[in-house]
Formats: sequence, structure tokens, C-alpha cells
Amino acid sequence: MDGFPNAFPFTGKAFCFSDSKNSKNEIQPPRRGAAWPSRWWLLFLLLALTAAPFLTSCRPNGGRADVVIINGGEPESLDPAIVTVQADLRLVRGLFEGLVRLNARTAEPEPGLAYRWEITPDGLKYTFHLRSNLVWSTGESITSADVLYSWLRVLEPRTAADYAGQLYFVRNGREFNSGKIKDRDAVGIHAEDPLTVTVDLAAPTPFFLALCTFPTLAVVPRKAIEAHGDRWILSRPLPVSGPYTLDFWRLQDRVRMRKNPLYWDAASTRSEVVDFLAMDSANTALNLYESKQADVLWDKNLVPTEVLDILRQRPDCHQFSYLGAFFLRINVTRPPFDRPLVRRALALAVDRHRIVERITRGGEQPAFHFTPDGIPGYQPPDGLAHDPAGARRALEQAGFPGGRDFPTLDYLLTNPRVEQQIAVELQAMWQTELGIRVELHQNEMKVYQSAQTALDYDVSRSSWIGDYNDPNTFLELFTSENGNNRTGWKNARYDRLMSEANRQLDRTRRASLLREAEKMLVEEELPIIPVYFYAGLNFFDENKIEGVYTNIVDEHPVQAIAKRTDGAGR
Amino acid sequence: MYYLKRILFMIPLLLVISFLAFMLVRLAPGGPFDKDRQPASPEIKRNLEAKYHLNEPRWKQYARYLAGLVRGDFGPSMKYRDHTVNDIIAQGLPVSMTLGLLAFCFANAVGLPLGFYTAVRRGRWQEWLGSFIAIVMVCIPALVVAPLLVMLFGIRWGILPVALWDSPLHAILPTAALGIFFSGRVARLMREGMLTTLKEPFVMAARAKGLSDTIVLLKHAFPLGVLPIVSYSGPMLADLLTGSFIVENVFRIPGIGVFLVNSSLNRDYTMVVGLVVLYAGLLLFLNLAVDFLYTVLDPRVKYE
Repeated sequence: MDGFPNAFPFTGKAFCFSDSKNSKNEIQPPRRGAAWPSRWWLLFLLLALTAAPFLTSCRPNGGRADVVIINGGEPESLDPAIVTVQADLRLVRGLFEGLVRLNARTAEPEPGLAYRWEITPDGLKYTFHLRSNLVWSTGESITSADVLYSWLRVLEPRTAADYAGQLYFVRNGREFNSGKIKDRDAVGIHAEDPLTVTVDLAAPTPFFLALCTFPTLAVVPRKAIEAHGDRWILSRPLPVSGPYTLDFWRLQDRVRMRKNPLYWDAASTRSEVVDFLAMDSANTALNLYESKQADVLWDKNLVPTEVLDILRQRPDCHQFSYLGAFFLRINVTRPPFDRPLVRRALALAVDRHRIVERITRGGEQPAFHFTPDGIPGYQPPDGLAHDPAGARRALEQAGFPGGRDFPTLDYLLTNPRVEQQIAVELQAMWQTELGIRVELHQNEMKVYQSAQTALDYDVSRSSWIGDYNDPNTFLELFTSENGNNRTGWKNARYDRLMSEANRQLDRTRRASLLREAEKMLVEEELPIIPVYFYAGLNFFDENKIEGVYTNIVDEHPVQAIAKRTDGAGR
Repeated sequence: MYYLKRILFMIPLLLVISFLAFMLVRLAPGGPFDKDRQPASPEIKRNLEAKYHLNEPRWKQYARYLAGLVRGDFGPSMKYRDHTVNDIIAQGLPVSMTLGLLAFCFANAVGLPLGFYTAVRRGRWQEWLGSFIAIVMVCIPALVVAPLLVMLFGIRWGILPVALWDSPLHAILPTAALGIFFSGRVARLMREGMLTTLKEPFVMAARAKGLSDTIVLLKHAFPLGVLPIVSYSGPMLADLLTGSFIVENVFRIPGIGVFLVNSSLNRDYTMVVGLVVLYAGLLLFLNLAVDFLYTVLDPRVKYE
């Protein structure tokens, strides 16, 4: 303000020609005497306004966490009954545990809140025995009544749980969820005594233990939910059953977890405080990781594809295969795609190697079958190899030699650039090999999703990530009534094979039934064309971080992750 | 009286805006519960729609919404189901406003002197240089500036954090990225304003009277020359306070700007309408504030 000695009204007045308010004389300047102080006032006000919220919004958050993980997009929810996105599910696994949990290394089911269980020989009845030392993070004990409450809450229509289907394997689960049965006792889950839970299944479900590890079936605190309704996750103190408590959740920023000292296996929890950053932008994620503000980056979508080639060569890049497939859905209700020969021609013309080598370039494997390799005890069928000549023959048999009279094919896709590149590549393949004109319909996410559900497409890009380590998580999609079928393909034989397989207790018999079903899917009927299997990528420096194990379900339980103390700086 | 009338007029306007937003977002194809992963059965989707009253007729939904709005309740978010829209606004808006105010101060702190200087140095090389800088600031979008700043200050020199919102240090780069464009605008407006004012007869008279250049420029010309910026401040503040999608996205700032864009992409109906009403209210209020400021700065302006 030193430069404005005359800016203040009391000194400024001396320099004015006139103070007259209604001066009409153009030579005179407008009166400004009062303007100066109010402007300074405003400036001060602005600065004060700036400072005040800044102090609250930049709250000190206790410094850097022991481990910082770039996890994925903003979590939609942390409520076990609501979450569906894999990144969110990983967070929920840290907070809430079910009867069975995932082994930190192999992600196989292992005892969680239940320390042992018995299964009847017909596979229909499970008896779970809870540990006797279970308590919520707030100190109250966890009993079989909590398990009962949690599972019934998922099925309760009012909860509107997206993944209620995970409990349809329980007797009368579906009926209760759809409101056909109101009686809670009719649902096949009961508490024998405070430490025993019995579950009656609708059919022997060989993967039921794997389902029990799923967050939808985790145990949640009744008191907090009844007191706070839909916003219970935001209440404090939040009772949790898992290895970590929720320290805070700042939207578009991070979820911070703190070790739950009352967890039954707290002794194996390796880190005190863990941050999960929520990111939308791959560039920002990489910047944070490269500038060491994050220790682990485990969402492949948060790695810019432009630099994937370089990053994959580095020692901190850990690559693995997991249960994820990119495939094409074909709308079988629209002629000429209602004819298997036409679908076969499309499938034979797709050169998968070209797509994974030239476009995705992240170590993806070409897919000729739908179920990814590596599920124990299951050998997927071979599928149809790339065969342009065979494709042309099939199209000719279908009555479209050289693609003559074939209507324009609508290909439905969404925004990411790699999707566009794949679409253009497929367009070229079908055009040159089969003479089919392909029109690309690129839509924003929601339009794409609703068009797919409404069967408003000819061919649509699709993807699927398995929920548990069993072929059923893939193959059940194309049963007639499944909400994710979205092809219009209904086949009684396929349905029969699937339900027979899931009733089958003998593992080899079951595997061969599933294989037969998948064969229909990828060799005979072809409502879908598998294109490639996703590759998992985790970035972390092995000399600094340990406990992130790669496995086929791409799950990395938080309690095992820690900063290395021995080899740091090696 | 005049202001009271203006404030009362805002209410029907906000109602119309909320109605339009409410209906338009429902006209867009796809809904909040269309997902890559559909629920396993149609019953589940029915449960979802029943929970959020999407199975009711539109007028009833809107009536329900209005009833909440009157109580200041924007309803639950359909995408972030643990949060209400109020929760999200309460978390994000203070952050966006902080950043916006910082950028506002930055824009004026850089733009006013630059514009003033280029006007005063009319016809000399300083004017060309200053005007060039102002034009560059206006022309390069935040989409380019933000990553450039991150690359230089965050990665190459490693002196400032690349993203997040943890300490005052974290605010520097986003403030600059957000403010640079507005600095350019302010500089150009200031220059125009000053040049016009300097041609006014009263300036000549002041000079003729023998006042020093500094006094003529600062005391007599500046207050009038700054008026275009005052009127620009309203829309500028509205623009800045509501958060910028790009800057918040690049620096991962937990503000509200990202939500405005994403909520419509997510068809998060309640969130879209809530944010539109909030923005509209903010804009109306700021325009009123600017009109009021005018009467303070320029006594020739009066409202009846």
C-alpha cells in the first residue's frame, strides 16, 4: 500500500476538483471518495473468506499413511450389501469380514469369522462354527444373530442390494428377495446357537465357500444400520468386523483405514494406517506413483496405455493373468444374426493376435473360449481359431457369398480410446474378410449400457470380471434368465447343462458338463465371440513393499501389505 | 426494495430451473441403474427402482423432490449410495470455493497490474510484450497448462506436489492452473478499461491541473478503468467457485466440479438436479452482488 499514499479518502479529498454529488460538469471526475475504503474492505473480506474454508478443507490428516495404494475410481459405496465394483470390493474386504475369508497369498477360501464348518454329503447343508472371541471394533461381541441379520438384510427388497443374487443359492433366497415370501424363517439360514449358523442351499453349490468370502455376505453391524439408515457407513464410531477400521473417507480423494486391534487375527495385520487413493485420471495416478507419493498402483486402467510398453519392462511392474475377459455379444434376436452360421463367420474372421499385439499391448492373451485359463480342475474347450477362409465359407453357406446383401452391421461401443481402436480393427477385419459393412456406434457409458440391455445393437463390445474362482461365474451369464445375458440367446440345453453341473458333486463330472456347455457357447452357437483375456498389472517396488501377491482373482487382502523394513534402500 | 424484489424473483426462477433439470436428465437415455453388470434378476432392478421411487409417475417424483428441496434436502445420491447429495456438496463445495477464491485473487493479482501497465506503456515495447503475455494466458486452456505445470514444478524440479489436497503447498499449482486464463482476461479488460478512461476529458483536466502522473493514473483513472472487471467478476467468480472439472481432475482435488460432470454421465438424477439448482442459485446471487457493487463504485448507477 506504500505506492498509494493518496488512495485514502481523507488525503485524497485534497486533490479533487469538487466533491459535489450531482456535478454535471464533464471535466470533473466522478466522486470516488467512498469507493476506495469499500474496495479495500472487500479485498480483506475476500482474503478472510479464502483463508477460512482453506483451513477446514485442507485439514491436517495425520501425515502420510504407512502404505498408500492407488486403488481405482471413487468408491460408489463401502456398504457390503451395495458394492459391485472390484476396486470398491477390495476396500470393503478390509473393513468387513464374512464367515470365510480369502487367503492373502492365494486368495483361496480360508476360515474367517467361522473357524470350521461341516458340509453334509449331499452338499445341501452347511454348518458354520463361529470363533468364540469375535468382537466388533467397538467391543460388542459378534454372534450368529449378526450373520443372520447381515444375510437377510442383503435379501430384504428394501435394501435394494445389487448383488442379492449371490444369496440366491440359499434356499428361498430369491423368493424372499422378490417379495414372494415374507417369512424370514423360510429362508435357509438359521442360528442354532450364538456361535453356530446353518445354511440350507437350494441346490448343492460347489463354489458356495468361495461365495462366502464375497463382501456381499460379510457381517455388518445391525445397531449402526438401524440407527443411521442408508448413511450408516458415515456414522462414528463405525463398528467393523474386518482387519481395518474406517478412519475417514474424503470423496474424490481417499479412504483411510486404521488397524482394528480387536480383529480376531489382529496379530497378522501388518500395517497400522493404509490410504486408498481414488483416481479418475491415469496420468495423475502415474504422477503420484512416480513421485513416490503412492507405494502401490494396482488398477491397470490407471496406467496410461501410451507408456505401457515402457513401464512393462520395469522391475516394479508385476504382471499376472486373472479372471477377466473382453468379448463381443451378438444380438441373436436380429436377423441375420439369429443364424449360428453368420455368427460363426464373424467369429472365424476375428484375428485376436493382431488385437492383443497391436492395440492392447498390455500382455493380454488372445481368447478363443470364454472362461479364462487357470481355474483349478477345469479345462476350457479350444474354441474356434482364426480362419478367414472358413469364415468366408460359413457366410456363403448362410446365403451371403462375399457379403452380398448382408445388412450393415451396427457395432456398439463406448468411449475409451482402446475400445475405439479395437472397433476400427474389427471393422476392417469383417470388411476385408467377409465384405460386411460395419457401422460404429460410439456412445457414452450409460447409453451404451442401456442399449445393450434393450438389445439395441447387432454386435456389442463386452467385458466380464469373475467374482469367484469357478467357471460358473462366467458361464451362468448366458443361462436364459440371467440379467447379464443381454444377447437374447436362450437355449434349453445350455440351461439344463448348467443346472445339472451345479447339482453335480463329482468334480470331474461337473467339469465335463461345464465344458460341454462352454463348447456350445464358443464353438457351436456363438452368441458371443471371446476376444482376449485381460492381464493384471500391479506396480510396486519389491524392495520397499511386501505382501502384495498376484493371484487369479486379482485380490490382495490389505492386512498382508506392509512397507519392508529390512531391505529398504537396497 | 429493489433488491428484495430481485431476491423474490429468484424463487420462481429456481423452481423453473429445477423442474427443467429434473425432467431433462430423465429424458436422457439410460438410467442410474444401467450398469455394465446388470443385477442377476429383474427383481433386483425393481427393488432398486422402488427404493428411489423411479417406478412412480414423473409428476409424483418431482413433487416428492420439491418437498425435500423446500426443507433444503437434495435427496440421496443414486450413484454414491452411502451419501446424500447434501453430504457430497458439504464436502466438495468448500474445497472448490477455496480453490476458486484463491484463483480469483491470483487472477486479479496478476491481471490488474499487467493490464494497467500495458495501458500506461501504450505504444512502447512493454505494451507489446504485456499484451502478448495476456493473449497467451487467454489462449492456452487449463487442459494444457495444468499438465505443463505438473511436469515442470512437480516432476522435473520436484519442488511442488503433483496432486492431492493436503497442505497449503498443494494449492499452489492448481491455483495457478485455474487462474492463468482469468489473469489474461482480467489483464485485457483492465487494459481496455484504462485506455478508454485515459481518453476521458477529466483525465486531461487532471493532468492540465498539474497533478503527477501517478496520481492521475491511480487515483483518477484506475477506479473507472476497473469497472469492466467488476462486472466480469460476477461470472468469473461463479465460474471459479463452482470448481473446474479439468483442474480438479488433473490435481485430484476433492471438489465439486468433478461431480457436476460425472453426475450427468452417471445419470445420478438427484445429484444433477441438486448441483444445477445450487449453481443457478450461486450465479443469481453473484449477479445481484455485482449489481450492488456497481452502485458503490460508480455513483452514476442507481436502481429504482
